Amino acid sequence: MKKLMLGNEAIARGLYEAGVSVVSAYPGTPSTEITEEAAKYDEIYCEWAPNEKVATEVAFGASLRGARSACAMKHVGLNVAADPLFTLSYTGVTGGMVMFVADDPAMHSSQNEQDSRHYAIAAKVPMLEPADSAEAKEYVKEAYRISEEYDTPVLVRMCTRIAHSQCAVELCDREERELPAYEKNPQKYIMAPANALRKHPFVEERTQKLVALGEKSSLNRVELGGAEIGIITSGTCYQYVKEVFGDTVSVLKLGLVNPLPTDLIRDFASKVEKLYVIEELDGIIETHVKNMGIDCIGKEMFSPMYEYSQTTIRKAFGLPLPEFTAADTPIPVRPPVMCPGCPHRGLFYTLSKNKITALGDIGCYTLGSAAPLFALDSTLCMGASVSGIHGFNKAGGKESEKKTVAVIGDSTFMHSGMTGLVNIAYNASNSTVIIVDNSITGMTGHQQNPTTGKNIKGEPAAAVNLEELCHAIGIKRVRVVDPYDLAQCEQAVLEELEIEEPSVIISRRPCMLLKYVKPQPALVVNKEKCVGCKMCLKIGCPAISVKNKKAEIDYTQCVGCKVCAQLCKKDAIEVK
Amino acid sequence: METKNVMIVGVGGQGSLLASRLMGAIAIAEGYDVKVSEVHGMSQRGGSVVTYVRFGEKVYSPVISDGEADFIVSFERIEAARYARCLKKDGKIIVNTQMIDPMPVIIGAAEYPVEVLEELKGKGVSVDEMDALTLANEAGNVKSVNMVLMGRLARYFDIDYDKWIEVMKTLVKPQFVDVNVKAFSLGYNS
Repeated sequence: MKKLMLGNEAIARGLYEAGVSVVSAYPGTPSTEITEEAAKYDEIYCEWAPNEKVATEVAFGASLRGARSACAMKHVGLNVAADPLFTLSYTGVTGGMVMFVADDPAMHSSQNEQDSRHYAIAAKVPMLEPADSAEAKEYVKEAYRISEEYDTPVLVRMCTRIAHSQCAVELCDREERELPAYEKNPQKYIMAPANALRKHPFVEERTQKLVALGEKSSLNRVELGGAEIGIITSGTCYQYVKEVFGDTVSVLKLGLVNPLPTDLIRDFASKVEKLYVIEELDGIIETHVKNMGIDCIGKEMFSPMYEYSQTTIRKAFGLPLPEFTAADTPIPVRPPVMCPGCPHRGLFYTLSKNKITALGDIGCYTLGSAAPLFALDSTLCMGASVSGIHGFNKAGGKESEKKTVAVIGDSTFMHSGMTGLVNIAYNASNSTVIIVDNSITGMTGHQQNPTTGKNIKGEPAAAVNLEELCHAIGIKRVRVVDPYDLAQCEQAVLEELEIEEPSVIISRRPCMLLKYVKPQPALVVNKEKCVGCKMCLKIGCPAISVKNKKAEIDYTQCVGCKVCAQLCKKDAIEVK
Repeated sequence: METKNVMIVGVGGQGSLLASRLMGAIAIAEGYDVKVSEVHGMSQRGGSVVTYVRFGEKVYSPVISDGEADFIVSFERIEAARYARCLKKDGKIIVNTQMIDPMPVIIGAAEYPVEVLEELKGKGVSVDEMDALTLANEAGNVKSVNMVLMGRLARYFDIDYDKWIEVMKTLVKPQFVDVNVKAFSLGYNS
């Protein structure tokens, strides 16, 4: 049976068919659906972990106990999971263990464009890279075979265009696996120096064996076309190459992208007159080929930045481009915005109005940095707002303590904000941390987290009490505000900034898009009362605009949150 | 058959994902090789969104580039113009004439180019305009704009009306079937 599947959905299917029984992940675009889809199979235990390091270690534990396990993350999540990865390379596995990592060239939903292949090289573990959904599913099964045969964790690299593209996938049955009896093996699993010294040679030998695998494995495939041009490529770039050239050029498609083969490349290079390497982001294959002393053209012709497409390749080779017509009128950009009724808006308005310095974090609330609120001063990585404000205040002293806050979401706080707050309490800075608690992991599309009281399947689960947690960490002043109430919000922020001790404000209201949150009737502007002062535009709500010098509320977007009404000095915004 | 390229563009949250999945599912049902490329995450938050559906004998690239689209289905007026460069010379734009101000317009940093579709038509671009929002309201839900537009698109394909409905029913929740079928038929027959 064939089914249209997203790359991520196909990975989940692969996990099912490979007999995987434990999957742990932290959501992150473009990797999230791997775990969401895997959770639909009753045979697989799935969970949202607080962060990628935890998820990876859960997968390690399951492997140690003999089960096939997986964890999934976006590219920057692998930074968080790097610690266990590098030593897992030494311990190897018992049950097969595969880590799925999704890169985001062009940064559709990310803060940087790092190339995860560097991790496979640095940690000396094999990495597979599929080029579509059907291949993704097959590669999952191959990844488990490699993991168990070569005693190694395996990385599978996705990218946005593979993860979020659908194509037909052939479904197979699940391979049921029996859990072996547990056997203690300290020499393999206790990575103290004596054992690690013995394991490092094993890692080096394994790499040599994996190179040999790459020479003959069907993961790496030669498609001979003409002798004039030869192209080495992998992943989504393979599709662009085939789109442009069809069968008129020779292609070496690499599925095992670490370690890279040598004989196979040398043989391929000898069969073509001119050799090109086409790979998105860094020139990793290209460097390998050049290090072998083989001439090739790579980043001389292709950018190390952003996504490619068939047009990228046509342009680089000077091929004719399709004609098109475009409008001369400039089209205003349409950046993502906080949704109408977003609970973060009231808080950000308060910060913006009072010209407060705000160290931000990763989530929907990063959008508070955009016009017209411009409410954030920094966004670095998960948790950096809380750790960062402490450093900012230690450097800036009292003056900065009285006008600086950190803003972090509930899920991000669980991920890696807690440790920063421990530091604030322990090393005593008078920092004000605002947890914007919208009761869900928002930006990635509504995943449960340890504060929501539900697990990945929506079943009841233990819920972290944020107030008690902050108290336990050593923060005495913890208060909760409703961000829809601008006066309450402002009072809390100004008071906590003034107080000379660390404090936490929990700005709490569930995300407007949650199913249980019922939108209120759309508000209307009383055109008699409206004087066109544009005060209501200051909150940057996409439902409000000005038409013919009067404010207008788009009924298709407004959810009746009434935050705008609190700004109107003429009481012109009314419930219909 | 040469590969057909359909782009579905709009504002995040308007329901373009379901529209692209319907196009993909119908193409699979017709026996074609299909690729559907979606956008998830940040771009869904009221930003400009684009999904690509490609089908034919064999489809490689999941994306559609400049001058390649047979159809651009736009959920909003200026989004049609934003992606017009992706349209083939003889391609067609189907556009919901609804205007949704982007943030630069709301804050007064840019003008909404109301006449941009006229400009495109003046340059010979084939534009099929419709007020899909009114039809969606008539169907009973403003969120069914996507099915109104897909109904209109269906008129340009040689695929049975009933087949579209049959496939759509596999994609929407049972409680929303009626409103979506009505929206689709309003778009198809308008």
